[in-house]
Amino acid sequence: MTPSTNTLERTNYLNATKGFMSWFWTIDHKRLGLMYMWSVVAAFILGGFFALKIRMTLMPGAVDFASQTAEQMNAYNNAFTVHGAVMIFLVIIPSIPAALGNFVVPMMLGAKDVAFPRLNRFSYHLWIIGALLFTGTFFIGNLDTGWTFYPPYSTGSTDNTVILATLGAFVLGFSSIFTGLNFIVTIHKMRPANMTWFRMPLFLWAIYATAVIQILATPVIGISLLLLLVEKTMSIGIFNPELGGDPVFFQHLFWFYSHPAVYIMILPGMGVMSELFATFSRKPIFGYKSIAMSSLAIALFSFIVWGHHMFLSGQSQLMSVIFSALTFSVAVPSAIKVFNWIATMYKGSVAFTTPMIYGMSIIWLFGIGGLTGLFLATLGTDVQFHDTYFVVAHFHYVMVGSALFGFIGGIYYWWPKMYGRMADNFWTKLAWFMSFIGFNLTFLPQFVGGSRGMPRRYAGYGTEAGYDSFNYWSTIGAMILAVGLTMALGTLIYSMFRGRKAPSNPWGGVTLEWQTPTPPPEHNFEIDAFPVGDPYDMNLCEYNGEEEGFLPVNPRADDPCVADVAIDPVYFEPESENAPA
Amino acid sequence: MNLSALLRAAAWLQQDGDYFFPVEASTNAGEVDRIYYFIFWVSAVSFALIVGATIYFAIKYRRTKVGMNPEDSPHHSTSIEIVWSVIPTLFMIVMFKWGFDDYVDRRTPPGDAYQVNVHAQKWSWAYSYDEGAETGMGWLGGEGEGLVVPVGVPIKLRIDSADVLHSFSVPAFRIKMDAVPGRYTYAWFEATKIGEYPVFCTEYCGTRHSRMLSKVQVLSQEDFDAWMKKQGNLADLPPVEAGQKLFQRKCASCHNMDGSKLIGPALNGLYGKEESLVGGAKVTVDDNYLRESILEPSAKIVEGYPDAMTPFAGQLSEDEISWLITYIKSVK
Repeated sequence: MTPSTNTLERTNYLNATKGFMSWFWTIDHKRLGLMYMWSVVAAFILGGFFALKIRMTLMPGAVDFASQTAEQMNAYNNAFTVHGAVMIFLVIIPSIPAALGNFVVPMMLGAKDVAFPRLNRFSYHLWIIGALLFTGTFFIGNLDTGWTFYPPYSTGSTDNTVILATLGAFVLGFSSIFTGLNFIVTIHKMRPANMTWFRMPLFLWAIYATAVIQILATPVIGISLLLLLVEKTMSIGIFNPELGGDPVFFQHLFWFYSHPAVYIMILPGMGVMSELFATFSRKPIFGYKSIAMSSLAIALFSFIVWGHHMFLSGQSQLMSVIFSALTFSVAVPSAIKVFNWIATMYKGSVAFTTPMIYGMSIIWLFGIGGLTGLFLATLGTDVQFHDTYFVVAHFHYVMVGSALFGFIGGIYYWWPKMYGRMADNFWTKLAWFMSFIGFNLTFLPQFVGGSRGMPRRYAGYGTEAGYDSFNYWSTIGAMILAVGLTMALGTLIYSMFRGRKAPSNPWGGVTLEWQTPTPPPEHNFEIDAFPVGDPYDMNLCEYNGEEEGFLPVNPRADDPCVADVAIDPVYFEPESENAPA
Repeated sequence: MNLSALLRAAAWLQQDGDYFFPVEASTNAGEVDRIYYFIFWVSAVSFALIVGATIYFAIKYRRTKVGMNPEDSPHHSTSIEIVWSVIPTLFMIVMFKWGFDDYVDRRTPPGDAYQVNVHAQKWSWAYSYDEGAETGMGWLGGEGEGLVVPVGVPIKLRIDSADVLHSFSVPAFRIKMDAVPGRYTYAWFEATKIGEYPVFCTEYCGTRHSRMLSKVQVLSQEDFDAWMKKQGNLADLPPVEAGQKLFQRKCASCHNMDGSKLIGPALNGLYGKEESLVGGAKVTVDDNYLRESILEPSAKIVEGYPDAMTPFAGQLSEDEISWLITYIKSVK
């Protein structure tokens, strides 16, 4: 009989210590990853509530255009501001790097934790403080500046919620910087001796490129928001022309962070995609080096395209032209990644698992999100689409369709490792189907509304503007999407308690996190030296019917996947000199 | 929304254009649409290829039994990777160049263009002409004249803002430009079709951003000349009428004259009344109070209303202030 490698009944990182403080004050990267994940889910529910509020207000017939009051408009302006700010600062930016990255990165490196476990805990606590500052705005006023905080509106007659929200974003920025710093040092210093840069799994390349952006770009938004606070609280003229400032200057500072931030959101999703396509095609990823290098190229180019948010801001025409050209440059490495993922499936053994279905649907979603970016990089067409729903649809296809679906796909992929249980095959796929249909129904009509001129951030349109049908379908789609995402969450919560016990390697992954028992012990691995070769050599494991999962071929005597060794508690006593303090 | 407004709205819908765009009503619109359709078809074919390949590979190479191993295939191919990097790059060079040419053309008004000044403020548009004419916003489907221009003549817009960022957008002309406080920005177009076209504010500017709507009226040259002749100087009108015209242009987007609250208080029957201010003080409305409230609105805020009004100091002449006060006094 094949011994089961599931350690739910034994000591593992979930049950090794108990009590609120054992989680809240933990320095275990796996527990921090899970706490990030559930915190992000909570923030997503908050942001999603405001998304539905937006869609309900815009449903034709819901609010009479002629008699809409100032209070109703202010409430709408608050809804899109909170939706945007929460989804960007609290959800998408920390989603894959902080939640999945924390859980997976050290294990992919065969390490016991990140380089600075206490700093890691501090990052999470900063996230909590930032989230509290944001939610504090609900109690002191009506935040209505848009997540972009453009002055002179934001520093003018708006209320003090701007101060709280910018402080929140400032604190969250530090959370993001510390996470990035941690991952850079971890990846540089803690790889197994024989894991060269080009033997790293591609998820690590993506997280590494993301971390570079996090630590280089995020300080700029911190400085910009502080300058905004100085102007607002002390009336020192920086951005407001009445005080001698320049409002376009703020846009430069803001987008110098916020465009690279788009790649903080999408690069980790691309990293998840690379893992999914390799594992579920049971093939080495096609064009490993070009995927790895394109991650770095995207991180580099992301710093020199910010001006495409400002084609109509009054910046010089020469700058607009240069930024248009540079923007196209970022499209090439993105396209290369897509082609590589597709080529990985060629002559593969493609498994229609839930994570892979998320992965394959991202080809559709990122295809639309990426290709519609071409219209916005092109100067002539951008003038028409700028600040319309075309832009709204475009960035939702990238940030939700690609980054969020990547996050969910990644959760399903590593879920068995997290909780030692499998999510239900049928219900997870039904949830994906509802989300996919709902998402496309919400955002496809917005492209057409946008090319017809439909402006963003409007509390209402009036029938005569001719945009009712787009709003109608978007609202229906948003409701279906909400049902789909709720179902997806339901499948996870159900499986935590009732799911089938997972084998340690249900999918046949060959990266190192699959070489530890499920759920892993507190310190992941005992051994320090892994025989690392090609990170996607699928011959290292093969399917075993009794296990209902994959087992290593030629297991070594010290392979932790061999159950009786793995679950020996003495064996997993942390080495005192290497253990995280 | 009354019936006549709805009927006027229907007139816009008849100028519907094609599926993706409103009617092409400027010399620039056709070129923008051609660039759009070029990128659209390149994207549509690319999208069909990548999604088609994904579905085809997923079905053809699906795992038919557990533990099925893949066939042998290369793990990279330099020649294929060069091909699929270079071909998209070539298409993108064409897109950039075409979009660049159109943009440069759009940013360079012809030397003989006829200039109209566009004034943005929370939350209204006003237009002024070198001949002295001034027009108000002209609501989408509602009253007012909007931006009145002759057909077939290049029009250069000089755009300014009195308070925060706004953006002047005319989808039918495919033009859009931000209004930035403290500087002028420019846009130009040449209308090709007589008619009325909606104008939107497309940079978020606060509470009534979604009501910062206007319209462009394109007239034949003769109609435009006749219209311009009729635009007498406000100074030639009786002060009450001059004040009323000015009120509709400058104040009506936030103040009603029918007793109902909009953003600010209604102004009918106000003169001589006692108002409660934020902080508890009371003030009796007289000429000096009205003058101060127009020029420095933040000085005294009426209880129950936001401190949201843009100061008009420097924007109005003494005569204009006087006409406005006369008009506000006259409405009971």
